[in-house]
Amino acid sequence: MSPRSPNGPMPAHITVGRVGLYVFLLVAVLFFTLPLYIMVVTSLKTMDEIRLGQIFALPAKLDVSAWVTAWSGACMGTVCVGIRNGFWNSVAITLPSVALSVFMGAVNGYALSLWRPRGAHLLFGLLLAGGLIPYQIYLYPMVRALATVGLYNSFAGIILVHVIFGLPLVTLLFRNYFVSVPEELCKAARVDGAGFWRIFFEIMLPLAVPMVAVVSMLQFTGIWNDFLLGLVFAGRDNLPMTVQLNNIVNTTMGERTYNVNMAATILTALVPLAIYFLSGRWFVRGIAAGAVKG
Amino acid sequence: MQSAISINNLKIAYGNQTVIEEMSIDIAPKEFLVLLGPSGCGKSTLLNAIAGLQNITAGEVWISGKNVTWEEPKDRGIGMVFQSYALYPRMSVRKNLSFGLRVAGLPKLEIEARVSRIAALLHLDTLLDRRPAELSGGQRQRVAIGRALVREVDVFLFDEPLSNLDAKLRNELRVEIKKLHQRLGNTMIYVTHDQVEALTLADRIAIMRDGVIQQLASPAEIYHRPANLFVAAFIGAPAMNFIEGRINTDGGSITFESKGLRADLGNYGFETPPAAGPATLGFRPDHLVLDGIARGLPTLSGHVSVVEPMGSEAVLWFDWFDQTLSLRLMGDVTLKPGDALAPGLDMTKASLFGAEGSRL
Repeated sequence: MSPRSPNGPMPAHITVGRVGLYVFLLVAVLFFTLPLYIMVVTSLKTMDEIRLGQIFALPAKLDVSAWVTAWSGACMGTVCVGIRNGFWNSVAITLPSVALSVFMGAVNGYALSLWRPRGAHLLFGLLLAGGLIPYQIYLYPMVRALATVGLYNSFAGIILVHVIFGLPLVTLLFRNYFVSVPEELCKAARVDGAGFWRIFFEIMLPLAVPMVAVVSMLQFTGIWNDFLLGLVFAGRDNLPMTVQLNNIVNTTMGERTYNVNMAATILTALVPLAIYFLSGRWFVRGIAAGAVKG
Repeated sequence: MQSAISINNLKIAYGNQTVIEEMSIDIAPKEFLVLLGPSGCGKSTLLNAIAGLQNITAGEVWISGKNVTWEEPKDRGIGMVFQSYALYPRMSVRKNLSFGLRVAGLPKLEIEARVSRIAALLHLDTLLDRRPAELSGGQRQRVAIGRALVREVDVFLFDEPLSNLDAKLRNELRVEIKKLHQRLGNTMIYVTHDQVEALTLADRIAIMRDGVIQQLASPAEIYHRPANLFVAAFIGAPAMNFIEGRINTDGGSITFESKGLRADLGNYGFETPPAAGPATLGFRPDHLVLDGIARGLPTLSGHVSVVEPMGSEAVLWFDWFDQTLSLRLMGDVTLKPGDALAPGLDMTKASLFGAEGSRL
């Protein structure tokens, strides 16, 4: 085409840089999907097929028995009941922990940003500092403290621990969100006669719905994926799914049942994965809102 | 007569920094008081203190004969309108209007009746089910005003309610607020930094600077007899002209003298007995007349530098020694830059200020 004077839309160009970019993105996609692919196909194979060592090959026929075993028959030590107890334990730990930590963090953030009680800055600083210290340091004192009040090795204990460790981040996110809310909104509501809780529930919380969604997701995935706290505080009967998965994978009698291990791992990861997929739109929106306003 | 609002020896300070110096004001029932001043002069702080949204350091606030110094905002019998509208974002207009009434636990029928009455008054009937985000700026501010009115209280507080609107809407809503005041007859306190709003709306204006009221008087008084140099320079557009000089009292007559000007002060209304000494003469662009020599007035001769026609009137800037002075003319102007002129000065309308800046 002969060169012409600029007029109308700019013609499209394909540059070397653009090609390189797509190649890089493609490699990145493969890097992350390949392990997932191997896990899925392996979980659907029989042990005979796995022994052939062709990890990339598709299964000869779909065999879901490994999934059934992982859910209800895999052995942890000498107990062979699968991972389902862990699933329900995780649900029982995660749901109240998320609800409580998000609610309390929202109240904290609201009070710290819009009411500014005496010492609010100090309190917020301490909370953040607490969040920055690695929590392994707290393990032993926490165990002693919970044992003293009789909450060690109980659902209540592990939930309390998750709420406490979740508060710094949740409070920070809500505080930064509410700081951008005009102070006059609070004043107007006070002239209208609303008090602390009324303003929170009727005006601020509805305003912060995207933030609630984001923080709930962050907390949900964080607590669902937690291993250490669950192992230490939940107690033998209440171990979350992650800990039980580890026990299943580490229990070997004879050969390693790779298909069962893969199925159990996917089952454990499935819940947070589903949450991200189902709420991706909200997640992005909330992150963006937090970034612009925070 | 009992005051609607009394502020007695009110003081507000943060640590060493004083925002409001000890201040007392009495506001009559049905009065429209405007607090006017540059930003940072403490006018919004004073309004918030009256509303109970601001902690005070000392003093009392009385509203409708009751000492409300320690009362919560909702118990003070006030309605308030904010600059940023401060509408509840997740509620419809109807919910916004009724929020305060619902909090107060009024019967449902009463709430509905009041909301529809206010909605009709402010032409919000068709907007009741919309969210604030779906309204224009002017509509939002009308909802904010409605939210204050629906409380049916004696005192309304406005904190720069029109500052976020464009010029045309501001003029429209200004007239609406004035009409509203005439119809409802409530006491209103209105904070603004816009002198046009102050002059057009107020029964009395309180001009503030650094937490101190400079002058509290009717708009006419403030415009024609400013109490000090700050008020004189703050009010009026274009600003008042100032000429430095001195007052002479020798030879029986009292005169103001400066460079080429010698004006007899025989008919100037002095606040204090005149004394010789340095002084500043202030006069508004409207107080100069082109035919000064014919009328036998003291004149300021110079040359036109800029002409600003504004349709019904024109502002003429002219050089007088090393200063540029302004003059307002009604109608069309035939003078062009460079033309000579000798406008006359009506000393009965001028203002004289002493060395410390207060009116003589």
